[in-house]
Amino acid sequence: MSALVTLLVLPLAGAIAAIALPSPVGRTAALAAIAATTGAAIVLMATVAFQGMPRLEMGGWTPPLGIVLVADGLSVALIVMTALVMASAGLAARHAFAPGTAGERAAFGFWPLMLLLWSALNVVFLSRDLFNLYVGIELLSLAAIGLVAIDGKATALAAAMRYMIFALAGSLLYLAGVVLIHAAHGTLDIDLIATRTAAAPDGLALALMTAGLMAKTALFPFHVWLPPAHAGAPAPASAMLSGLVPKASFAILLRLWFDTMPDRASDGALTLIALLGTAAVIWGSLGALAQVRLKLIVAYSTVAQIGYLFLVFPLAGGASAGVPWAAGAWTGAVFLALSHGLAKAAMFLAVGHWMAVAGSDRLSDLRGLAQLMPMTAFAFALSAVTLVGLPPSGGFTGKYLVMTAAFASGQWAWALVMGGGGLLAAAYLYRPMAVLFARGAQAGAAPPSRARQAVPLLLASASVALGIASAGPFDLLAIGRPLAAEEGL
Amino acid sequence: MTLAFNAALCALILAAALATILGRGIFRSIMFFIVYGLLMAVAWVRLDVVDVALAEAAIGAGLTGVLFLAAFGRLVREGAEAEPPRRINPPAAVACVGLTAALTWAWFSLPIPERPGPQLAEALPRAGVENPVTAVLLNFRAWDTLLESIVLLAALIGLWMLTREDDWRNRLGLPQHVRPGGVMSGFGRVLPPVGLLVGVYLAYVGADRPGGAFQGGTVLAAVGLVAAMTGLVRPPRISAPGWRAVLVAGPLVFLVAGLAGALLGTNFLTLPAPVAGGAIFVIEVALLLSVAVTLTFLVLGPPEGENRR
Repeated sequence: MSALVTLLVLPLAGAIAAIALPSPVGRTAALAAIAATTGAAIVLMATVAFQGMPRLEMGGWTPPLGIVLVADGLSVALIVMTALVMASAGLAARHAFAPGTAGERAAFGFWPLMLLLWSALNVVFLSRDLFNLYVGIELLSLAAIGLVAIDGKATALAAAMRYMIFALAGSLLYLAGVVLIHAAHGTLDIDLIATRTAAAPDGLALALMTAGLMAKTALFPFHVWLPPAHAGAPAPASAMLSGLVPKASFAILLRLWFDTMPDRASDGALTLIALLGTAAVIWGSLGALAQVRLKLIVAYSTVAQIGYLFLVFPLAGGASAGVPWAAGAWTGAVFLALSHGLAKAAMFLAVGHWMAVAGSDRLSDLRGLAQLMPMTAFAFALSAVTLVGLPPSGGFTGKYLVMTAAFASGQWAWALVMGGGGLLAAAYLYRPMAVLFARGAQAGAAPPSRARQAVPLLLASASVALGIASAGPFDLLAIGRPLAAEEGL
Repeated sequence: MTLAFNAALCALILAAALATILGRGIFRSIMFFIVYGLLMAVAWVRLDVVDVALAEAAIGAGLTGVLFLAAFGRLVREGAEAEPPRRINPPAAVACVGLTAALTWAWFSLPIPERPGPQLAEALPRAGVENPVTAVLLNFRAWDTLLESIVLLAALIGLWMLTREDDWRNRLGLPQHVRPGGVMSGFGRVLPPVGLLVGVYLAYVGADRPGGAFQGGTVLAAVGLVAAMTGLVRPPRISAPGWRAVLVAGPLVFLVAGLAGALLGTNFLTLPAPVAGGAIFVIEVALLLSVAVTLTFLVLGPPEGENRR
């Protein structure tokens, strides 16, 4: 059986086992599914890198009748990043959601919700069918909302409710666009739609789908649900919600604007999207500066980091698609998405350890924790290096590629956003770092074992390694990329 | 005659919709919403899509109506049924009017589609069932349907996460009290047998006529709700292993059927034409059970204790 099928089936089977089997067995089955799915993700990446893009025609039916899934460079890069974050979150959750530690409810619910979230992410990263992508993000949103609510506190339930309203409104807008496209072209397959001549409602469909996906990605001004939702969840859940979930709707946006309808993009629309991204960078950074709770700082930072991703649209889309630097901008945006996923998950897992020791995530309570838990503090610092975009991190590679494209195209304003956003990130991440590395550790609960502290460090190291060994991922992303790269840029 | 009927139906739908959003009082809005759902179901019948009509009547009007009424009952008991402000929210109004206008324009600019499409007509003989809707749902786009059945499961687990910690071991939903010999308990004895028959029939005819596991499952869920609300059966606890097995039966059988294709050397979810009909029947039976139980549990809500209001 191919790695592609395994990757789709294993998390689903794990979720079913975790629901149907009694507590200790279900939990073991979930952990086994996590380990096996991680393996399948790596095998799939190797397959794509060395043998080409596997293609799966569900049920043997070809489009426009059936659904096709294809693993290209973008898919497997996101899938492997997801697997690393999921495996780490699973390791952290073994303790955070152990039967004695968490309540019965959370100890039962976490594992199926996590595995369902993972299934949905894999579907979204692989599917080439617009309606199948809709089912994928529906499953994703429902599992994510459950994970926001899992804490059980009134504030968490309110955050989950607000998230649900935004997510469902986004789903409906996306679905309306899918309906229009199906009515106009008689197919939902991305590659078939790309070959059809433009129809009158295409622009409207693209606008509706983009607006819906922006709400799900929490792009400014649809970001209001994100900080309370991501900050209210337990640390392993926050790591998945912040590191992975926004990347799914962003990946669909990339598929829409670059694979499905590359010729329908108008310059005005592309600029508007990037302006919203710019507003997100500024607003998210200012929000992060204003917080006194570390989890909220990290969550607002996600709002800002998501903003960068949207600068790709004017730099690589529309009239820019044919220019030599477009592929660089596109690859840079994906690098930013990958390194943000790893670094943000590492940050949330580190904060989770500190909260377990200090009993709170207020900056004033975290004073001197670096002395008590140097490994997690180092993980946080490495992640900060990636988010600020300093060399040699993956964040730096991404920013470098996007800024090169911005200067080459004369759209230097977007490069200013990148640079300014980096300065703002340095400012809002300086505050927690200063507190953590200050003298005078307070006595609290005993710190977690070294092995558990190593988990966020490994994730943070991966986000830096993405920059040090950037040639490998760079070549991987070129497989199936909609834009051809020019040598020497 | 047809035109007059259609025009009257459209006018009624619009009137019910307006009454839902503009009417005074939450209870009245809920009633108009249920009426709106039923009128929409009639409209779907007029458009010759009976499958959608069944789903709209059962879920859009039926189960959603029950949920709204249950929520309203809670507001009353908590003394929180405050009248929402009747002020129109300008940004929401502008967004809705704009969206409606845009979709109307799109509708007029679209070509009238061929039904069924040529590819569908060509492949239908190999699908194992005659009803094109069932063929699409359980064969051509079975992957979507498999995921949709999982979506239901995800919704239920998410709902259960709303349980209070102390209530986790209680029975699902609020405890129900019914006067023996009253109207409610009378309904509890009359409706379930009829509902069972209708639900199973709807699922069974799905192979060649409108119907199927989802529509039948919704009717069976209604039976389950009536049985629970009239005290005929007591809702189970979350930990009940048998019920949990029924919840996952549909997705599990579907997944195993899909894997059989992959292991036998064809594609994942391939149902070879000679056995497709039988395989679809087995999957539909499992889905019917899971959909019915999942929807029942979703509407019953998370477990709640006897002592809570």
